[in-house]
Amino acid sequence: MRALERKLLRDLWHLRGQAIAIALVVACGVATVVTTRVGYESLRESQAAYYTAYRFADVFVALERAPESLRRALAAIPGVAAVETRVVAEVTLDVPGLAEPATGRLVSIPAPRAPILNDVHLRRGRWIEPGRPDEVIASEAFADANGLEVGDRLGAVLRGRWQRLRIVGIGISPEYVYEIQGTNLFPDNRRFGVLWMSRDALGPAFDLDGAFDDASLQLAPGAREQDVIDRADRLLDRYGGLGAYGRKDQISHSFLSDEIRQNRVFGTIMPAIFLGVAAFLLHIVLARLVATQREQIAVLKAFGYASLDVGLHYLGMALACVIVGSLLGAVLGLWWASAINRMYAEFYRFPVLRYAPSATVVAIGAGVSAAAAIAGALSAVRHVVALPPAEAMRPEPPASFEAGFFESTRAYRRLPASLRMIWRNLARRPARAALSVLGMSLAVAILIVGYYFVDAIDYLGTFQFRSVQREDVTVLFHDPRPARARHELRALPGVLRAEPFRVVPARLRHGHRQRRVALFGIEPGSELRRILDADGRIVPLPREGAVLTAKLAEILAVEPGDELRVEVLEQGRPVRSVRVAGIAEELIGLNAYMDANALHRLMREGDSLSGAFLRVDAAQAAALNTELKRMPAVAGATTRLAALRGFEDTLAKSLDVFTTVLVTFAAVIAAAMVYNAARIALSERGRELASLRVLGFTRGEVSVLLLGEQAILTAAAIPLGFWIGYRLCAALASAYQWEFFRMPLVVSTRTYGFAVVVLVAAALASALAVRRRIDRLDLVAVLKTRE
Amino acid sequence: MDEAVFRARGLSKVYRVGEVEVHALRDVDLELRRGEFVVMLGPSGSGKSTLLNILGGLDVPTSGSVSFLEHDLSGGDDRALTAFRREHVGFVFQFYNLIPSLTARENVALVTEIAANPLDPAEALARVGLGDRIDHFPAQLSGGEQQRVAIARAIAKRPDVLLCDEPTGALDFETGVRVLEVLERTNRELGTTTAVITHNASIAGMADRVIRMRSGRIVEERRNERRLAPAELTW
Ligand SMILES: Nc1ncnc2c1ncn2[C@@H]1O[C@H](COP(=O)(O)OP(=O)(O)OP(=O)(O)O)[C@@H](O)[C@H]1O
Ligand SMILES: [Mg+2]
Repeated sequence: MRALERKLLRDLWHLRGQAIAIALVVACGVATVVTTRVGYESLRESQAAYYTAYRFADVFVALERAPESLRRALAAIPGVAAVETRVVAEVTLDVPGLAEPATGRLVSIPAPRAPILNDVHLRRGRWIEPGRPDEVIASEAFADANGLEVGDRLGAVLRGRWQRLRIVGIGISPEYVYEIQGTNLFPDNRRFGVLWMSRDALGPAFDLDGAFDDASLQLAPGAREQDVIDRADRLLDRYGGLGAYGRKDQISHSFLSDEIRQNRVFGTIMPAIFLGVAAFLLHIVLARLVATQREQIAVLKAFGYASLDVGLHYLGMALACVIVGSLLGAVLGLWWASAINRMYAEFYRFPVLRYAPSATVVAIGAGVSAAAAIAGALSAVRHVVALPPAEAMRPEPPASFEAGFFESTRAYRRLPASLRMIWRNLARRPARAALSVLGMSLAVAILIVGYYFVDAIDYLGTFQFRSVQREDVTVLFHDPRPARARHELRALPGVLRAEPFRVVPARLRHGHRQRRVALFGIEPGSELRRILDADGRIVPLPREGAVLTAKLAEILAVEPGDELRVEVLEQGRPVRSVRVAGIAEELIGLNAYMDANALHRLMREGDSLSGAFLRVDAAQAAALNTELKRMPAVAGATTRLAALRGFEDTLAKSLDVFTTVLVTFAAVIAAAMVYNAARIALSERGRELASLRVLGFTRGEVSVLLLGEQAILTAAAIPLGFWIGYRLCAALASAYQWEFFRMPLVVSTRTYGFAVVVLVAAALASALAVRRRIDRLDLVAVLKTRE
Repeated sequence: MDEAVFRARGLSKVYRVGEVEVHALRDVDLELRRGEFVVMLGPSGSGKSTLLNILGGLDVPTSGSVSFLEHDLSGGDDRALTAFRREHVGFVFQFYNLIPSLTARENVALVTEIAANPLDPAEALARVGLGDRIDHFPAQLSGGEQQRVAIARAIAKRPDVLLCDEPTGALDFETGVRVLEVLERTNRELGTTTAVITHNASIAGMADRVIRMRSGRIVEERRNERRLAPAELTW
């Protein structure tokens, strides 16, 4: 082995603490890339594979009733590759063990089994058999939530007739990766579920024998979705078509896509932040490490080693850390990714979850971090290598010996000698002190970023389910009811307050932009449902016009004062024009609100209600549920707590996993940074401290000099870290503006506190390690050799 | 001892420290001939190390010209200076400057590995009387022993030019003589042009030529009639 290589190995061994710390920083960077990217790609590929294998449709449409013969006309639309006609109906279910009524969406499937669009994947049990009208396949999410198994029975009210259904299979479908009912924001798998049932049983039960009320279309490659939608709408107009829509308006798909997109943003922004921080930290660490070796560099150059040789030698040091770190990071990242993948498998209900740890992702992760590290190392090495050897052989000249302003004040002179020395030392090299502070504040910042997600999700949950939604139960009718229905609701047991609302499904159009939403008519002065902006201020409902969620306004590109075309998708499908009266910075959902009376005028209808928000006396909840179950007009009742659970089980859960990973990584990076800063300070000043010891300073006094300095730098890093962390969170929040939710910019005291605790703990542990070294400082050896 | 290998004309070196200018060398003219043994004397701060550094291609003059054979050393081309040092020069530094993480042998090997026709590191160390300490790290050696390792490192590549900054500063009489013998032998056997800085005027006796510096100038040049062998020196 060449002497230079040997020096590399020995130096690495000598600096192993620091080298490990650097490797850990790199590992965390790489692991972040690998975990998030592999997570994202696995999810995306699983989704794509699922959609293909189970032929998820491209265009969907519900209608009142059309003869089966119309199927051919649909298939004849240019660009349509396949058509599936179905009977779909929602019914009230009586689920064993569930107090409240549940809603079942009955979806027809062929018996015996035949290939269909939106095909069902059987998890357990068997397919329904022809001639047995009571057999159903239940969706897995619904079955799991209610503890239902193959062989269990359910009660259902089919068009007023009570019927018993028997579960013969448990299945999933690409159409219902998420099962979200109507206007709800999140899945409530206990109270809403899909049941697949024979067309032969469902058709007659809903008076749709030889007819259908729902169709799905698959597009041929290259077909234009909007053209097909327009043609389908024209075709189905006579049959009470409720407006065809593409995948982006299909609830399960858009919810899932949002989640996957979230993962992608997460997998881009977070690694970028982490790698950026890691590269910068590496630069600081290596620059100082190299600087402590400037005399050795001079010797190498004096004997004829070219700058390139010397540069490569030090780059080798960085590379060794990067390679070890990358390997560790790849292993760690893959391990996390597979753990996350197992969680996804439960969570997303795909038939097979692809675990896609492509070599490319790992290579990219390692490559990007290596590049970042080398960039950091290069800039550090270049400066020193460029010095002429004669100059490098002298110790770095002190920047300035002049007494600064502070040193001429009386306050300064009153300081104890040790503090004055600390101050001198910091003031003499302000750039180095500033870099140290910046490095540690970045560590604080990523801790804050990691924990920020917890804050945002907490806030989101509290905001939506405490401040916006304040009802206990939401009741929804099958069809709008006349005004007297509100008295019936108020008369129900346990109902303390009932606020009726009117909701119509509608397609909002502005120019070529359009979106399907639920248009809510809310009573003025509603207490149980409030429209709040992001700061929690109530947005008043104007007497005329609609208030839109900011995100919806952005999608439609409208501002207050603009006219919207509203195509109502029920009851004769009127098309009206509505002025945008206001924008609300709501955090969850894409909503459009109007004053209930304005909505009635829009619909040219009298006072009527689609449902009501109820405040309920908890003691009588059971009695209320029994009553609701028995009311044929009630399509479903959801409780706020169930909705909160739906929120926690979806959004919160998937973000939580990542947050845990991130916070761990951030803590490791922070600790590694602080340790490195302290260790380098020790090697930079080892000789000076040893000289002081020789002059009679005690270990304690010497430690105070070094550690005191570190303490001051650490303290200075905290406020700066808070600021940088907050700015990064703001950047994240602005990237996290999804259709289903918007990330609020809230950073809690807890998060700041957590960052400080980690930083201080790391600083104390490092101080202890450094103190041990100071105690063992071999005075003779230090003074004898020039390092 | 004929042709001049080093030629320096009007060499000046000015260091700027803040507002202050330090003139380390002022208008120095100097020639060193092939195989010549030169001793440089002068008070502390008189510019000896500065001059030696410039001759060795470690530094460049502020003004003036200096060359070694066909190599121009004042141009400041890093690559050319590196090649010059690598091919021709052996250094002994005033502060030894050993690599602390390498043993004595490895410190020497560091240089021999990139030399064309070097001595074996063990043999070079044996010549300075450290044959039994070759696997010791600098921190395990005394100051004088470190200095001898530095000398072994300098001679091991059989350089054309040997530049020594106080090579005996930390040595007792006997070891000092031994080290000087090594330098003398290298000079005699290989025809190595040698320049030695020292505060010890009696060493001047073994030189072909003695140069005395003061305040950045050469104030005296003297040629010895006869070179004394190191063993004949007294101090
Ligand atoms: N990098 C530098 N920056 C500023 N001044 C310098 C620098 N290097 C040398 N000097 C100054 O140049 C002058 C000559 O220095 P040099 O090291 O050549 O002296 P010397 O003769 O070798 O002294 P000594 O015998 O003490 O080693 C001194 O005044 C020194 O302070
Ligand atoms: Mg000197």
